[in-house]
Amino acid sequence: MRSVSVDLNNDASLLIDIPDALCERDKVKFTVHTKTTLSTFQKPEFSVPRQHEDFIWLHDTLVETEDYAGLIIPPAPPKPDFESPREKMHKLGEGEATMTKEEYAKMKQELEAEYLAVFKKTVQVHEIFLQRLSSHPMLSKDRNFQIFLEYDQDLSVRRKNAKEMFGGFFKNMVKSADEVLISGIKEVDDFFEQEKTFLLDYYSKIKDSTAKAEKMTRSHKSTTWNFFYLFIFLTLKLGKLSDLFEKLRKVEGRVASDQELKLTELLRYYMRDIQAAKDLLYRRARALADYENSNKALDKARLKSKDIPQAEEHQQQCLHKFDKLSESGKRELTGFKGRRVVAFRKNLIEMAELEIKHAKVSNIMTGSHAERTHTLLD
Amino acid sequence: FDVDVAVTNPEKVGNSLPMFRSKTFSVRRRFSDFLGLYEKLSVKQSLHGCIVPPPPEKSVVGMTKVKVGMDDPSSVEFVERRRAALERYIQRVVSHPSLLQDPDVREFLERDDLPRAVNTQALSGAGFLKMINKASDAVNKMTIKMNESDTWFEDKFQEVENEEQQLRKLHALVDSLVNHRKELCGNTAVFAKSMAMLGNSEDNTALSRALSQLAEVEDKMEQLHQEQAASDFFIFAELLADYIRLLGAVRGCFDQRMRAWQRWQEAQSTLQKKREAEAKLLWANKPEKLQQAKEEITEVTKAWEARVTQYERDFDRIGMTVRKEVLRFEKEKAKDFKSQIIKYLEAMLQSQQRLIKFWEAFLPEAKAIA
Repeated sequence: MRSVSVDLNNDASLLIDIPDALCERDKVKFTVHTKTTLSTFQKPEFSVPRQHEDFIWLHDTLVETEDYAGLIIPPAPPKPDFESPREKMHKLGEGEATMTKEEYAKMKQELEAEYLAVFKKTVQVHEIFLQRLSSHPMLSKDRNFQIFLEYDQDLSVRRKNAKEMFGGFFKNMVKSADEVLISGIKEVDDFFEQEKTFLLDYYSKIKDSTAKAEKMTRSHKSTTWNFFYLFIFLTLKLGKLSDLFEKLRKVEGRVASDQELKLTELLRYYMRDIQAAKDLLYRRARALADYENSNKALDKARLKSKDIPQAEEHQQQCLHKFDKLSESGKRELTGFKGRRVVAFRKNLIEMAELEIKHAKVSNIMTGSHAERTHTLLD
Repeated sequence: FDVDVAVTNPEKVGNSLPMFRSKTFSVRRRFSDFLGLYEKLSVKQSLHGCIVPPPPEKSVVGMTKVKVGMDDPSSVEFVERRRAALERYIQRVVSHPSLLQDPDVREFLERDDLPRAVNTQALSGAGFLKMINKASDAVNKMTIKMNESDTWFEDKFQEVENEEQQLRKLHALVDSLVNHRKELCGNTAVFAKSMAMLGNSEDNTALSRALSQLAEVEDKMEQLHQEQAASDFFIFAELLADYIRLLGAVRGCFDQRMRAWQRWQEAQSTLQKKREAEAKLLWANKPEKLQQAKEEITEVTKAWEARVTQYERDFDRIGMTVRKEVLRFEKEKAKDFKSQIIKYLEAMLQSQQRLIKFWEAFLPEAKAIA
């Protein structure tokens, strides 16, 4: 299942996975399981229950941490979205009166499968988030990360405090200001100039592709559902043909969900990852702006012959910060390139192989049915 | 509804049917001519009890678009749909042994200049099924109800009604499936374009190439979806629509038989009244007028006796025709469904094989990413 990112969870010193999860009404409770050889943890193996909001808290604290300004912070997992199956469950309830017991049971089964698919998807995406952290040389050592993994009480108190501290202010700032700032900065380094141009352009394209892929996947799924109603109907009339349609529909369903995982989810994940990379560029651009301002302040101080040592110190600090960010940023962005290409390769291969496999299965089933129909006596 | 439609439908008639002048021939007919043919056939006494194939429905919306001369794919589709429907209609007519003999049918097939059809209002205005249902209601309103000794007719009629309902539901579902597939087509095409743009943006050469290839594959997928939707529609949906109308025609025959029965019953009750009048006269005992009156009454009574006999014979004949027709219809239907299903499956097989080829061509591109 772990496919949108690769090379994760290889280091035996810290292994994380989400072996199971519970769905209670609207809330999903993930079981986060850790196996470690590191002495920083109290036990070698342990599990804790966590909610989606806990993951968001962890992500936000990492973003706020100054020391990580030069890193690509792995994108936060999206909220579990059971909208689609819930809507269908509702329709099922409404239509119950008009269906036979058999039809109702079949549809309920289908719905449960869809719930399960959404469930698996959300577990995967939360798991990958944690595994990205554990594979990162710096982030894996983060204190809050350790608390997240180990603390066996409810994290909601900490979450509340964090919210009061930051109040979502930084996030809003990043969203509205980054494009302008990043594009406006006068770049001295070729590497970053290229990266900036590339990432800004690529981001808008991948965002578009993600949206179009989602629409396509949704269409594909609703065609499959339609096929399903058709099947229920055909069971009344055309005997064996309905068997074939049911089998074909199941395969189509798998095609649609494979396409979603390998293609749509891939695009969605890297869209968010690129956003995280852009955030890094933003922070660096900000640091550069700060450095330039500190230079101006130093010039002013020299002119006025006032507070020169402080201005010099401030300028040095800004320069140091900017250099650190540039160095770390370069490393992160280069790593990101490689990671992205490898992930695309893996997923595109898997998607093509699955499409071929499913089409061959459908082809065999249809072929044998066509043969049988031919030999049917008039 | 006056548009020239050339139904490419050369009638190849073998030597065994010398009634036709030549082996292969074609004529140009209007849509209203087809309706006119149905009108002529449906009122013929000699064909009562026969399942006369109903013509395709008129479609105001579709026709208006074509008239306005819009060249878009939906009007092209509409014309093709109509052409295919008319072709099936005529083929059903000529495959019916009694109809093939009919002079109106032969005239329709052979005559170069066919007089304009009039009186197609009932059909073009209300549509075939509405017309059948109206007639059905009239039959049901008649007060004398039949007591069948043989339940075959009642049972069969019920079967036909049920089947018609089921096919309607199925048709609605297939229609909905077609629409969803068309939507999927649109979304796939849009996605393909987006993927092509992304491929252009990509700075890794091999990945860029792979993404462009993926865009092409998705384009081909859109085409496949398009063809699958057409297949769903032209093979499946139209088959169902035809049989919904045909079952309506079957119901029409049963109604004709009912009407024949009612006519017979009414004649019998009239005969009864005449006989009673005759008997009354015999008791009246007016010797002078008796002989003359008696002759008159006897004439009338005899005429009604003849009618009753005729109508009873008509009723029996129609009953036999209906039975024969229904059996033939069921055989034809099974054949029709089977051949259409095979066509549908074969189209699906083709589609699947092409899909496999597309993805197999893409796979090495994906593997070449480095």
